[in-house]
Formats: sequence, C-alpha cells, structure tokens
Amino acid sequence: MSKERIQISEALYDIMPSDYQDLVKSATYGKEDRGWKDIGTSKELIEQHSLCAGCPESMAFRYILASLPNPEDTVMVGSTGCTSLVFPMVAVHNIHSLFGNQNAIASGLKRALSVRFPGRVKDVVVLAGDGATVDIGLDMTLQAWFRQEKFTTICFDNELYANTGGQESGLMQKGFVAKMAPVGKLFDKVRLPEIARESGCHYVVNCTVSKPSLVEKVIRNAVHVAREIGPTYLQLYTPCILEIGKNSMEGLQEMRDSEKPTERFAYKEYISEPAKQLLAELAAKDKERKAAAKQLAGQASA
Amino acid sequence: MADTHSIIGTKNKKGQTYTDTWKMMNEAPRTPSFYTGSEVIKEAIRRASCDVMIAYPITPQSEAAALIGELFAEGYIGDYFRGESEFAVMSQCAGASFGGARVFTTTAGPGTMRAMENFPMWAGARLPIQMIVTCRGINSPLSIQPDTLEIAYLLNTGMLVWHAETAQDFFDWILKGYIVSEEPDVHLPLALCCDGFFVTHTKDVVNLTPADMCLPPYDPYRSPVPCMDMECPPVRMMRDPFVMKSNYISYATHASWQQEIWAAVERSRKHTIHWLNGLVDTENTDADIVIVASGTAVSQGREAIRMLEDEGVRCGLVKVKALRPWPEEEIREATKNAKHIFVPEFNVTGWLAKEIRATVPNSQRVHAGPHVCGGMTMPPEIIVSEIKTALGMKTFSMAGRGS
Repeated sequence: MSKERIQISEALYDIMPSDYQDLVKSATYGKEDRGWKDIGTSKELIEQHSLCAGCPESMAFRYILASLPNPEDTVMVGSTGCTSLVFPMVAVHNIHSLFGNQNAIASGLKRALSVRFPGRVKDVVVLAGDGATVDIGLDMTLQAWFRQEKFTTICFDNELYANTGGQESGLMQKGFVAKMAPVGKLFDKVRLPEIARESGCHYVVNCTVSKPSLVEKVIRNAVHVAREIGPTYLQLYTPCILEIGKNSMEGLQEMRDSEKPTERFAYKEYISEPAKQLLAELAAKDKERKAAAKQLAGQASA
Repeated sequence: MADTHSIIGTKNKKGQTYTDTWKMMNEAPRTPSFYTGSEVIKEAIRRASCDVMIAYPITPQSEAAALIGELFAEGYIGDYFRGESEFAVMSQCAGASFGGARVFTTTAGPGTMRAMENFPMWAGARLPIQMIVTCRGINSPLSIQPDTLEIAYLLNTGMLVWHAETAQDFFDWILKGYIVSEEPDVHLPLALCCDGFFVTHTKDVVNLTPADMCLPPYDPYRSPVPCMDMECPPVRMMRDPFVMKSNYISYATHASWQQEIWAAVERSRKHTIHWLNGLVDTENTDADIVIVASGTAVSQGREAIRMLEDEGVRCGLVKVKALRPWPEEEIREATKNAKHIFVPEFNVTGWLAKEIRATVPNSQRVHAGPHVCGGMTMPPEIIVSEIKTALGMKTFSMAGRGS
C-alpha cells in the first residue's frame, strides 16, 4: 500500500472520521527516514488508546509505530493481553486471533504474503506480551525461529500477566510476590534473549523503552534483518506500573533504574555475522544518501 | 484486484488451465482411476489452485499430508511446510488465510481436539480454510482406529461440516468445497470429514477430472472482511476488532457477530444444495423403515437394505452429506412416511441420532443404532439384526457379539 491508496474521494471527504483525514494529510507512510522525531509534527499511526495513564507500553507503541521502516507494507500480529486493547487503534493492518499463537499466525501470514506478492516487500511484525511469548506461546515462538521465519518478534516484557491482574509469568524475577506466586516466584527469569540467539535469531536486543532514539534504531535493524536474513527478537521492558506499585509518572524512572549496567535490562544485543554485514551495508547507504542530501542542500543555498 | 472471471481459460505456471468450476466438475470428461483415499486427496488438491498447505503427521491423514508435499515439490502449491503441532498448524493456516491465501490442511482425531481452539476463531474471522478430517478414535486408551466422535465437537464451531462417504465424494467435495466456502455471503471454513482408514487407506475407482484443468484462484478481495495485506484501505483495520469492555454495547456487538456467523452458515445452504445436488441423497423414502446415516455408515446401510430386501423387508435410505448446514427440512420430508428410523453410527454417543431426534416429529421413531466404536467395523448384518429386532422379527445371534 502507498499513501496514494488511502486517498479519500473528494465527495466523501467531509464524512470521513477526522483521524482518517489526518492519516491521509500528515501520516508518514512511505517517508524515508521516518522515526521518533516525527512524533508531534505528523499524524501518528496510533490513535487514542485505553491503557492506564502513564503506561510505558503506550510509549513503546508510539516509538515503534513511528520507527517501522515500511508501515505502508507492514502487517502486525498481536496476541491477547494489554497490547490487544491498543491494536484496534493502530493504523496498520493487524491480526488478533488467539492467546499465544502469534508466531504461528505470523509464519502463515508471511508465507502467504511471499506467495502472493513475489518480489515485493511485505514486512510482518509480531508484538505480544511476555505471557504470550514465553509461557503459553513458547513452542510457537521457538519453532518459528528454528524454521528461520522471516519476521520480527517483539516481546513487551512487563514481567507478569498484566491484563488478567498481575499473575506470575516466566519472565517475572525470582522471588517476586504476585498472584499465583504467593510465597514469591521460585525460579529465575527465563533467559529468552539467550535462547533466541541459540534458536537461530539473527538480531536480538534486550533493553527498555526509555530512549526513543534507541527504540527507533533497534526496530529498524530488527525489521531490516528479518526482511533480508531471518528471524529477529526484541525484548523490551515496559513495566506494569499498576502491578509493581508505581504512580503514573514513575514509569520512565523505573525503566532508567532497570537499565543500569548491573540490572536485568542493561542493553544487550546479539547480531549474527550475516546480519552485521547487512546492517553495515545499510549504514553505508544511509551515510551516502545523507551526504548527497547535504551536498544538494549546500548547492541550493549557494 | 484480481478478477476471477477474466482468468478463466488462461494457464498457470504448471500449464493447467483455469476452468469454470461448474464446467470442470459437471461437463469435463472423467477418467476412472484406481486410487487410495489419500491419493485422491492429492489429486483433488493438484486441481485446487491452492496457495499454502501446512502439514503435521497423525494417523490416518499422514500419507495425504505427505503426498501434498510432493505436489509442492512439483510446483503445484505456493508454499508447504510441517508445523510443530496441530494447534500451531491451524494457527499457521489462519495466518496464511488472513494474508489472502487459499489454504488447505488435514488432521485427525486427537489432532482435531488439540487444534480445537482455532476452529471457532477461523469461523469468527471468516477464514475459508479447508480442513480434511480423517476421523479416528480420540479417547484414552489410545486408538488410531476409525471412530467419528470428533465430528460432534466440530458441529458448533461455526464451520461448515460435510461428511464424505466415498473417495469419489472426497474428490468432488474438496474442489466444490472451496467454491462454497469462498462465496462472499458464506466465507467460512469447511471441515470435510471422512471415516479414517475406510476411506483413506482403501482403494476405489474414482472418476477424476482432467489433470490439466484447475479451479480459478481464490480472490481475497471478494471477502466480506478485509484481507490483512495492507493493500486495501482504510488502514486502521483489525480483523474483528473485538470489544473488551463490560457494557451492553460490547455484548451486543459480540452477540450480533455470532449471529452473523450462523447466518453465514445458513446462507451456505443454497450454494451447498447447488454444488452437492442437495444436502441429502434419498432412496425409497416411501418405505416404512428408513436408515439415516452419514459417512461409511451409509455404505453399510445400503448393503443392509439389500440383505433385508432378500427377506422381503423394504427399507429406504437417507445419506446425509452436509451436517452444517443441517438438512432439517430434507430429513423431515424424507422420513415423513417412516414408522421406524434407524441411525447406524461409528461412535459411542450417537450424535447423529440426537440431531435427528431433535429434527423429526414423533422422535420415538428414531432408533439410535447400531453403534460401533473404537475401530470396530460395522457388518451390515448388525444393522439387519437391529432392524429385525425392533420389528419383532426373528434374528439369529452373531457369535462373539453377546447378542
């Protein structure tokens, strides 16, 4: 799809919802170099959401949607949980079907799009919570990686089941007292980033969403590597402020505290050799393009 | 957007001609071929212009699922792979269907049960996936033998459910099934069931359509819900934007959507009648005794009728082809003269007899049986015996059956 495809017939313009008019006027579909800096000057691909006030997940959604390199040809796959409250407000096609089957849905979807649109870019991005990714859906998460399915898996890790009211999850820290962990969780936080690397992911990052520029970088890398090489995995800390007893304005600080070098969300990445090569090529092209643009701008002002 | 009509007469990459389905199924020459049921599934899919097939091993469908892999290797199918479990496979099928592909899969028994959560989702998301169900036992202790109990669980999923008697039914219905399933006013998944082993693993003469003709491709833009490929605006679009609120409007939204699924099942009735030449086949329904059955129980019933005729007992037959949509009117009409209705079944609970009891007036006429299950065969003699016993006729007990 391109921005031309979403144009509104003049005769119907005034009866279209204003948020759709805004998407046509000022969304960044098809814009090269789109990123988090477009927030505030363009129509975002997320409309009002129904998450809790101050939820870091809502920040993550905004940065991710601003950073997808190719939203006009991206289909997202979600799962049941807090994210599924947001997806109806997202302006790329997205699928919710069941709880935990997101990587199976994405496998079928990516293959169908490859059969139907040979030679065209159609990115698939999975975005689900930690319960969906690591607990109920773990086999499908891993099997998609084993099969080298070419899509990105993003896990919003809030270290518990938020939407059902704060129950223990596999990504919860050991010792944390929660519903269904009445004496504290008895085993360690599952080390999915390491498992992802061993399972064949070509680009794996574990971080928080405190810095929009970082989110932009890892999203772009993950989508490009998935498109060209194979599966990629991002584990992003989006704390559930409600369930860990924080106030609305404390989410950002919670993420900053958790990304210190000795903490569990200290920035960690793994990049396979073919992925390193691809990212170097993309960076070189980017540099070239920026230099050319600068030169052009210099000529124009001279 | 693809126009399926303009493509008729053109060739696909394998040199098959996209053919008007009615002509292909009803007018094209047929070649008698001696094949197993599994091979027949392969031959039907060869002609089905299928985009994606996803496989998983479980007896008795493994052979068919592997044979379709051969079709993929030959270039007849867009993509094919082995999933990791039936639950995953049915979700992978959903993903491919959401993305606008014509999708095929096969399963059986415990696999059907493992995948069950997907089926109401398929129907609710209006995904016209076709799934072959080669029925086998589902209960513990483990059994791989024929048993149709799993069909009972499929009846309330919102899927179309057909029950094939023979390999010939299978061949024709796989192809016709896609046409019915993909109608814009239907657009629902189809569970095409057969009795495992009896149909899949026995050889039969099947009249095949020409191998150089195939179905027109699926056009996902005829769907009543948008295809998830970012090709169609408006872009803020989720398939089935469910409303997770606790208020009357959200309940009403969900209720009306469920009603719409069942209205779509109902709307499939006219297409199914058109393509299958009726939801039921009937013979001699003016007789006092009528056997109503589906699947291979129909074949055994037919043989029992022949045996009873030799003894001067006249008996009619109703072959139920479609279970969803349910042929309520047809069964009432076909049994209106019957004093006794017998329902032989390959399962322990007698789900078909329960459906028929709920359908016909004077339901005390319905004799739920005979039943066999757990892989037992159903000799026509036990149907004869059941009927003669009910009529008060003398019947010889059969050794080892405890009767």
